Amino acid sequence: MIRALILVLALIAGTPAAAVAPVRLITDISQNRIDIIYTFKGAELLVFGAIQYPRGAVPDERPGLAIVVRGPAQPITLRKKARVAGIWINTDSVHFETAPGFYAVATSAPIKSLVDERTASIWEIGLDYLQLSPTSDDTAQVAAFTRGLVDLRRRSGLWSEQEGRIGITENVLYQARIAIPSAVPVGAYTAEIYLIRHGKVIARAATPITIDKSGFERWVYVAAQKNGLLYGLVAVVLALLAGWIAGLVVRRN
Amino acid sequence: MTLYLPIAELSVNWLVIVGLGALVGFLSGMFGVGGGFLTTPLLIFYGIPPAVAVASSATQITGASVSGALAYWRRGGVDLKMGAVLVAGGFVGAGLGSVLFAWLQQLGQIDITINLVYVLLLGTVGGLMLRESVLTMRRTAKGAKPARLHAHNPLIAALPWKTRFYKSGIYISPLAPFLLGAIVGLLTVSLGVGGGFIMVPAMIYLLGMSTSSVLGTSLFQIIFVTAATTLLHSVDSHTVDIILAGLLLIGGVIGAQLGVRAAQRVSPVRLRLGLALILLGVAGRLAIGLALRPAELFSVFGPA
Repeated sequence: MIRALILVLALIAGTPAAAVAPVRLITDISQNRIDIIYTFKGAELLVFGAIQYPRGAVPDERPGLAIVVRGPAQPITLRKKARVAGIWINTDSVHFETAPGFYAVATSAPIKSLVDERTASIWEIGLDYLQLSPTSDDTAQVAAFTRGLVDLRRRSGLWSEQEGRIGITENVLYQARIAIPSAVPVGAYTAEIYLIRHGKVIARAATPITIDKSGFERWVYVAAQKNGLLYGLVAVVLALLAGWIAGLVVRRN
Repeated sequence: MTLYLPIAELSVNWLVIVGLGALVGFLSGMFGVGGGFLTTPLLIFYGIPPAVAVASSATQITGASVSGALAYWRRGGVDLKMGAVLVAGGFVGAGLGSVLFAWLQQLGQIDITINLVYVLLLGTVGGLMLRESVLTMRRTAKGAKPARLHAHNPLIAALPWKTRFYKSGIYISPLAPFLLGAIVGLLTVSLGVGGGFIMVPAMIYLLGMSTSSVLGTSLFQIIFVTAATTLLHSVDSHTVDIILAGLLLIGGVIGAQLGVRAAQRVSPVRLRLGLALILLGVAGRLAIGLALRPAELFSVFGPA
């Protein structure tokens, strides 16, 4: 207990403790780069690694771990439908400045028992603790809309929470699988691994992941974004050609 | 079977998209309409983002209209002067439409507007067509001669700068077809439809054009306006998915041939009745969707 306390203090102070070397996390990932090509139908990341204890002293208790994979934060507007004059139309809206396009957390135990609320908020461990930066002051409304957003993104597979789904071997090795759906946004991702003891983060490691379109898909996407006019012209010419050729084939028959 | 669409940013079963194109192509071959009014809602229903569905559907219609337009052109069924006026109106309408589209998108009311306009348009056109085809069937059953198609509309006759459209056999103000073209262009940009299903009845019943040049001239307008729509969406919102449009075209070409063959076995009035019922069916389905509590109360907008 005292040793752990020293360790925490050393980590908070940010100075390497001379007497006790800190716990280290060694981590790797099955793919540092996910290429979206024409056959892409989602992917599965394997995040794995080992906990390096000072002087190899492996504790008897099972370590607490959380693995968070997150995508680029995006500004979004969430709208809610309500019944107006018999039909359902969008009425209220809340703007969120930093909603992650992808967020998956896997933990070794239920989140509530693993971390205290403050730690969860600092490191954004768990869907309840995401910092979405809503731009509304109405707390009741923000709470309702946040629930709606979490529910929506959860069902699309873009946000997920897998409590107790980190596999741990001999209290040293850990591994978790993170599912990436096909509708995932492209960009710079990170995989963060947190070692948690008594509700506090005592060690962390991070690995970058790049998700990007590749090959023909990328070429099409870049062309559409950078040279809109040329892309549109090519689309029109291709459509005209296809229609013309189809007409020729039909006439011959 | 799955294929990732680079602009829609999701993977789809390409057989489903080709099949959808074939189904719509079959109907368009059978009834002589573009079928965009079916493609767009079906794509959205399948999970394609609405903006991508609208833009890519317009691209597909360009390709689907070419062979038909060429066939009418060879038979002399395109009134170039009328077509030019309709296209000019269509460009203006498309330009206005893209501004309106962006504004409604910002307000978050684009989906509801699209649905409401669909219900109104399909309901009205379908209802009129149903009435007309039932009346004609009754008359033919009684042995009476079919009703006169050409109508004289006092409002249109009052418009200035009348000019003669020889091939269409009418003497009217170019403002009328210009306005018609503009309305259709507006619909093309915002709904991803060619607009044939309102242009053709309007040309016959409102402008009083001779039926021989109606279909060819309407296809002529559709090609130019859908092409302009593709360009507008490509430049403004980057929402044209070339792969999606290509898959729809492949299905559409096959389906259209089957549809044309099927149509030869059915009398025109029955075809109109069938089309009327389909239009009313789609309108009814959309209307129910508007009134029922939606499965998702929340929806995410942006990032642009």
